[in-house]
Amino acid sequence: MAKLAKLMDKEEIRRALSRLSHQILEKDKEVKDLVIVGIQRRGVPLAERISGMIEKMEGKKLDTGTLDITLYRDDLTQIAHQPIVRNTHIPFPIDNKRIVLVDDVLYTGRTVRAAIDVLIDFGRPRKIELAVLVDRGHRELPIRADFVGKNIPTASEEMVEVKLEEVDGRDEVLLLRRN
Amino acid sequence: MSLLIKKGRILDPASHLDKVLDIFIEDGKIKRIEADIDLACEQVIDASGKVVIPGLIDMHTHLREPGREDEETIESGTRAAARGGFTTICCMPNTEPAIDDPSLVEFIYKQTENKGIVEVLPIAAISKDRKGKNLSPMGRLKAAGAVAFSDDGDWIANSSLMRRALEYLKSFNLVLISHCEDKNLSGGGVMNEGYFSTITGLKGIPREAEEVALFRDLALARMSRSSLHIAHVSTCRSVKLIREAKQAGVKVTAEVTPHHFTLTEKEVATFDTNTKINPPLRGTEDIEALKEGLIDSAIDVIATDHAPHTPEEKEKDYVGAPFGIIGLETAFGLVIRELVEKKVLSLMQAVAKLTINPARILGIDRGRIKEGVKANITIFDPDKVWLVKEEELASKSKNSPFIGWKLPGKIERTIVGGKIVYSG
Amino acid sequence: MNFKRKDLLGIQDLSKEEILFILETTKSFREVLDRPIKKVPTLRGRTVVNLFFEVSTRTRMSFELAEKRLSADVLNFSSANSSLVKGETLLDTAKNILAMKVDCFVLRHPVPGTPHLLAKKLPIPIINAGDGAHEHPTQALSDIYTIQERKKRIEGLKIAIIGDITHSRVARSNIWGLSKLGAQVRVCGPPTLIPPLMEEMGVEVFYLPEDALRGVDIVMMLRIQKERQNEGLLPSISEYIDFFSLTEDRLKLAREDVLVMHPGPVNRGVELPARIADGKRSVILDQVVNGVAVRMAVLYLLLAKR
Repeated sequence: MAKLAKLMDKEEIRRALSRLSHQILEKDKEVKDLVIVGIQRRGVPLAERISGMIEKMEGKKLDTGTLDITLYRDDLTQIAHQPIVRNTHIPFPIDNKRIVLVDDVLYTGRTVRAAIDVLIDFGRPRKIELAVLVDRGHRELPIRADFVGKNIPTASEEMVEVKLEEVDGRDEVLLLRRN
Repeated sequence: MSLLIKKGRILDPASHLDKVLDIFIEDGKIKRIEADIDLACEQVIDASGKVVIPGLIDMHTHLREPGREDEETIESGTRAAARGGFTTICCMPNTEPAIDDPSLVEFIYKQTENKGIVEVLPIAAISKDRKGKNLSPMGRLKAAGAVAFSDDGDWIANSSLMRRALEYLKSFNLVLISHCEDKNLSGGGVMNEGYFSTITGLKGIPREAEEVALFRDLALARMSRSSLHIAHVSTCRSVKLIREAKQAGVKVTAEVTPHHFTLTEKEVATFDTNTKINPPLRGTEDIEALKEGLIDSAIDVIATDHAPHTPEEKEKDYVGAPFGIIGLETAFGLVIRELVEKKVLSLMQAVAKLTINPARILGIDRGRIKEGVKANITIFDPDKVWLVKEEELASKSKNSPFIGWKLPGKIERTIVGGKIVYSG
Repeated sequence: MNFKRKDLLGIQDLSKEEILFILETTKSFREVLDRPIKKVPTLRGRTVVNLFFEVSTRTRMSFELAEKRLSADVLNFSSANSSLVKGETLLDTAKNILAMKVDCFVLRHPVPGTPHLLAKKLPIPIINAGDGAHEHPTQALSDIYTIQERKKRIEGLKIAIIGDITHSRVARSNIWGLSKLGAQVRVCGPPTLIPPLMEEMGVEVFYLPEDALRGVDIVMMLRIQKERQNEGLLPSISEYIDFFSLTEDRLKLAREDVLVMHPGPVNRGVELPARIADGKRSVILDQVVNGVAVRMAVLYLLLAKR
């Protein structure tokens, strides 16, 4: 993997998340029913950060969950090794809630499709919205993000890699090329 | 019809001959054994670099005919024997029907004459229909050509019947071969009882099932002063019991199979049904004791217990599959590999246990290379290693755990009555 | 780690890492069982055949539930309506079913080694659901998961397995698994029901519960079959109860926080009284629910790939 560029640094990531949090609040001022759910793996710390920022602004703790899409993937019959199933933790009812799904990179849209299916097996939310740190294009399904930290046009042989403190020990977004 | 075997290393345990000589064979008999025989012969075999030994004798073969010709026939079984270097095999009477009547003994000889390529000598049943109740007509069976008596596959559980059988046989001077197994102890078992039966959850056959039966048989042999031969000895303490009985003057002899001195119960943990054998494969300490028995002649004979079963039978689960493996074609290679190469026995000693020793126990004029005797001769290449391939086995059945093994001592020629019946 | 095995045949041949990985995966499936909709689409389009040649309600139901909750199609085959009676071998039967394009066999069979036979001859995953007295890997994994869940560790725990050890596949699989994870396992029963050289499996052998129970963290009672009486291995079941059942008095010898387990089905009043089976120390029902999660994890690990 060849590193092409650093797309975001720690401060840019912080600012992007802060903007996302504001936009989430602006769209619907009522936070009573708001639930934030992060998609494993790097969507989870992002969701916690957004949840924390909103809590600071509104002085109210939000229900925040984590969700793993492995069991809902549509490519399990095509891969050679089964992926590790990570924790799903949504210990609150989601019926009639406004859910903001959080992920690091929006790419083909297949992960989000699977995540929506997971959520629907937990109940019937009033609304599901999507927040991502990076949208790199190349959708394969009719899915779009409601809140985007940064739009980054990419070529298909390129990869966007998000590194986060909680998982990787540092915050940055890199553009890489597959060898 | 004449045949000259030139420049082979001739090994004859009966006369302790070990020398490079030529052998001249005419009219089915060995006529001359000398250096550099210069005679015009119809056939000449150049045996330089090869070893020429008396034709091997297997005193424990299951040929399945009559009754289970799908497993083996006299035709296929004798071809397997020839391929394994055996010129004389003794077939066990647990056929369907059992060989308990002179007409069946005659049938075996007739079939062998028509279809066999090596000598087949029938062993007849001790009891009628092998039921362990009444004695078979032993005198008439001997007159028809039976060379020994055995209910192999079953032990004579009735001690009184066993005593009478041993006593009665003295009139006819034949040996009784006992399959020592107390079925009350072994019943339902499929492998040796021990650590491996414990971890596999398979029912075990304790060593004591053999030893308890052996102890009684030795006591009765002592009491009757009859000749008793113990089939397929498998345990450490059995060897000891036999050794002690011999020292005490009991007329007992014993055999071991190549698989019992080669494989251990550990192999069963693969659940390969070609490891299901009765008596079962035992432990390494048993193998050591069997080898010691071979060295000090507590054990006289190596016999195959060749027991063919079809793939359909052996493809069953471990409990459902029958006991037994084929052995004629791998026996000699295993003897060389496990006993001679590992310096347990000299080649001379090993060959004795496959030739003159069984001949003496059975009282047959075989197993030696000597002027005037029937020309049953085996020639092998001491330097050639061969691969056991399923498709090359001559036996109708392929139930061998040794498929894929590389064995030394490739059989080059098997000669029965001066006629070459196998060329490797 | 990657779980590279084609089959799950036993615990004996699993490494410690593999066992831990299955237990870790089980956690995720245990969570699925708490969802309002307890079904995930993971094995959609896959067909799993439950080949049962022994009467079994619990294990078969547990597997069937696990398969259905993974959205697999399920085919049940039990020996009562099999063609084996007509002389067809197990392998023939399996090959015939395989020809109908199925993806996995779950096999319960009274003879040890039968799953190994199928695993060797067939290209699809084979899961051992109990082969004679040999192994019952998914039961042991669910037992170990249950212990781990309650005690937060396996290493250093003292575990007594009491009853008919000779005929118990559950005992064998648990001994392998628990020992690999560092527990000290004791087995206990009348000597007629303890197989030879058991110590070589790395366990301590006791002939009376009073000796085995001292200071244990876990007591696992095994089912005793009435047949053992007829086979001459026991004078009578009632004598067995006198000397080998788990009583309150005997249980006092164990640690205060002891957990009581039983792979089921419990002969109430034989292996242990109802009061203990239903009491606060009993985790028998946890074993049952965790059994479904473990089986989902195993099916996932063997089937959710190309």
